[in-house]
Amino acid sequence: MEQVLLMGNEAIAMGAIRAGVAVVTGYPGTPSTEILETVARKNPGNIYVEWSVNEKSALEVAAGAAYTGLRTMVTMKQVGLNVASDPLMSLAYIGVEGGMVIVVADDPGPISSQTEQDTRHFASFAKLPVFDPSSPEEAYQMIGDAFAYSEKYKTPVLFRPTTRVCHGSASIIFEPAQAASSAGAFVKNPKWTIFPRLSYEKHLQIEDRRPILEADFSSYPCNTLTGSGKRGIATGGISYAYTCEAIQALKECRQCENDVQKNSSDIDYKLFKVSTPHPFPVKLALEFLSGLDEVLVIEELDPVLEKELIFLCGQYHLPVKVFGKLSGHSPQAGENSVEIARKAITKFLKQPNQDEDCRLNLSTLNAKHEDIHNKEESIAEEDQQTVEVIQPEQPALPVRPPVLCAGCPHRASFYAVKKAMKGKKAVFSGDIGCYTLGNASPLEMVDTCLCMGAGITIAQGLHRAEPDTVNFAFIGDSTFFHSGIAGVINAVYNETDIVLIILDNSTTAMTGHQPHPGTGKTMMGNIAEKISIPAVLQALGVKQITTCNPLNLKQAVAAVQDAAAVRGVSAVIFEYPCISIVKPGPQFTVDPEKCSGCKRCIKELGCPAITWKLDKAEIDSALCYGCSLCAQVCSFAAIGGEPV
Amino acid sequence: MNIILAGVGGQGIVLASKVIAQSAMQKGLKVRTAETIGMAQRGGCVVSHVRIGENIHAPLVALKTADLMIGFEPAEAVRALPFLRPQGTVIVSQKAIKPVTASLSAEGYEGKTMLDYLQNNVSRLYIVDSDAVCSVCGSPKVLNTALLGAAAGSGALGFTLTEMETALESVLPVKLLSMNIQALWAGAQNIEEGNICV
Repeated sequence: MEQVLLMGNEAIAMGAIRAGVAVVTGYPGTPSTEILETVARKNPGNIYVEWSVNEKSALEVAAGAAYTGLRTMVTMKQVGLNVASDPLMSLAYIGVEGGMVIVVADDPGPISSQTEQDTRHFASFAKLPVFDPSSPEEAYQMIGDAFAYSEKYKTPVLFRPTTRVCHGSASIIFEPAQAASSAGAFVKNPKWTIFPRLSYEKHLQIEDRRPILEADFSSYPCNTLTGSGKRGIATGGISYAYTCEAIQALKECRQCENDVQKNSSDIDYKLFKVSTPHPFPVKLALEFLSGLDEVLVIEELDPVLEKELIFLCGQYHLPVKVFGKLSGHSPQAGENSVEIARKAITKFLKQPNQDEDCRLNLSTLNAKHEDIHNKEESIAEEDQQTVEVIQPEQPALPVRPPVLCAGCPHRASFYAVKKAMKGKKAVFSGDIGCYTLGNASPLEMVDTCLCMGAGITIAQGLHRAEPDTVNFAFIGDSTFFHSGIAGVINAVYNETDIVLIILDNSTTAMTGHQPHPGTGKTMMGNIAEKISIPAVLQALGVKQITTCNPLNLKQAVAAVQDAAAVRGVSAVIFEYPCISIVKPGPQFTVDPEKCSGCKRCIKELGCPAITWKLDKAEIDSALCYGCSLCAQVCSFAAIGGEPV
Repeated sequence: MNIILAGVGGQGIVLASKVIAQSAMQKGLKVRTAETIGMAQRGGCVVSHVRIGENIHAPLVALKTADLMIGFEPAEAVRALPFLRPQGTVIVSQKAIKPVTASLSAEGYEGKTMLDYLQNNVSRLYIVDSDAVCSVCGSPKVLNTALLGAAAGSGALGFTLTEMETALESVLPVKLLSMNIQALWAGAQNIEEGNICV
């Protein structure tokens, strides 16, 4: 037993290993990726781990293994569950033999996602239990509970950490791992084959199970009820941590105030922590609501706990007012913080906001002690300002949006397409990955981006409306395998003119360089057969397929021009590895004698390694990867170095 | 104790926060950290939160409660300044990293403006001549350990350089160790030589 610093995702992985997980599958996605990577790294040797081609495949592989009695875990981010929702909905009916935990990481903010969707809704939609850990150490314990409940009720369960739990680290007391569960064996039985008649029976069973689970979860030790009084605070997940800190600060504030004023009255409140938002721990919730006048709910994303409590108040005719997102007492979007919790709780408990002398100063939030019933005031707007508080004398801060790395081959690919299409009517559909950053100035080469694999099909829709436009679809190698291939088949089959640009950097870059079917490596460390993207495209009937190095600008532009002239589906595969997986080439430098100061390199490429010093361009040696693109763009041959 | 590490994606901030956490755990202290990972880190603003001690629930440092802020870049230090408590300490790298947007626009931005602002608004400020330290050590990649050395050297971090060295040994791969230990001490020395301290 030692104290180690574990990231929440590592804690989930270690907890799953301890619980005897035997099969782990997933698809990378921030903030979930490190869970599966940790299982692979710490594999005691008897766990099968795979990056599946997408979340749907991952869930199905894990389900198959769970049919045999093995404990299995699937990992993905919240939007990944949309892809896996088809098997999820049916599996909820079919059930499992071994414990199966589907870890879906939500991303309030969002910090690195397309949506702020709330997986707790998916749990109630699919009628599956969901666990919501509030810290890495709780996640470490709770993942084991999730396996146990899954096995007890023979159902897959969801496990939903959020970014600050996933990517927060904590010193955790570590316990030795258990042995993996025994070998699985599939027992043939009609119950594994979904049919309307079976679905009807299963639906009834699931509905019968709900009140049983509601009662069971009411005594689950991670659902807690403490305190007393007429007011109650309900919370869960990471918001529980913020609530604890806010209350702690408020108490300290009261103490120093009481030392001065002697008008002490203790802060009375009940605190209800919900770790299983579905099925809701009804018995415990009723105990919480009993005797209360008012409840404040502090939660992120959607008002899930708030609606459950309002529902119970209606069902049981309880005269309790419930405040939260629906009533405008907490922000509708974005992530919570100690400040947000503190402000809401201070108002709710009708505590004076004496912040100046206290540890937690909220003057920047313009927090005023106002009636809790005042709905007019929107906390959400003020919260936008919590981090970047503009003080009068503060100098203007540079905007620093995320950009493609210096030397990124995607920059060269985008630039080649831009050059090739100059003056032509063209629309550029993008997709999900590092290359979404091609949207930034000065490239501005992402006109649309929707979800994984959608660029290829959105381009087809655009083309149906405007046949005189050249419609490009950019997609990365990992995304191509994830959900791009079906879109290509659709275009070939329906004879739609699109130009596919495959940005093949030999890895899944955005999430931290995971292998995929095109890399020939697996998470078990095996060397697998590489699946060739050109061969796949050829088999699908794509008419013209060109593979080229994007860092050779002339060739790249010519390849794009040729592809754009083809009727039907054509493809250019830009092959060059991500800078993070290859050694940098010899660096390039600007000859100040030759540099005319035209800024062409900066204005055309937007490479973070090229900066402007006095009246000349300069290349930052700490950032340059020697891609040579700037040298090819310079009109004055002022940039030198080794050609690639 | 609350520590904020602010800078730009790719500067080694996540690793620096790990080293601080390791130093704390070596002394039997409890730690929480929060990092920026994913899309936001590609050249964007990155803030790591490190919290040391008992009774800490949240991974994020609340505004105006950071005892120490390590700024890996002048403008990012200014941006993260609302986290600093009154009388808190700031260690900041002198070298500005200009974003592409600043190079594209006419205005640009100067690191000196940011450093001047910090001097006027921070009671304990240490400016580290990071270029000098990095060139002594032979690599721009040791900026993070150099700043940790400066923070330890200033006394604001609460760990000795020897304790930090032990932490580096358990966090870094062997081949990078000697260069980083050199940077650690060089960073501390840079502070002692009193480049600029308000």
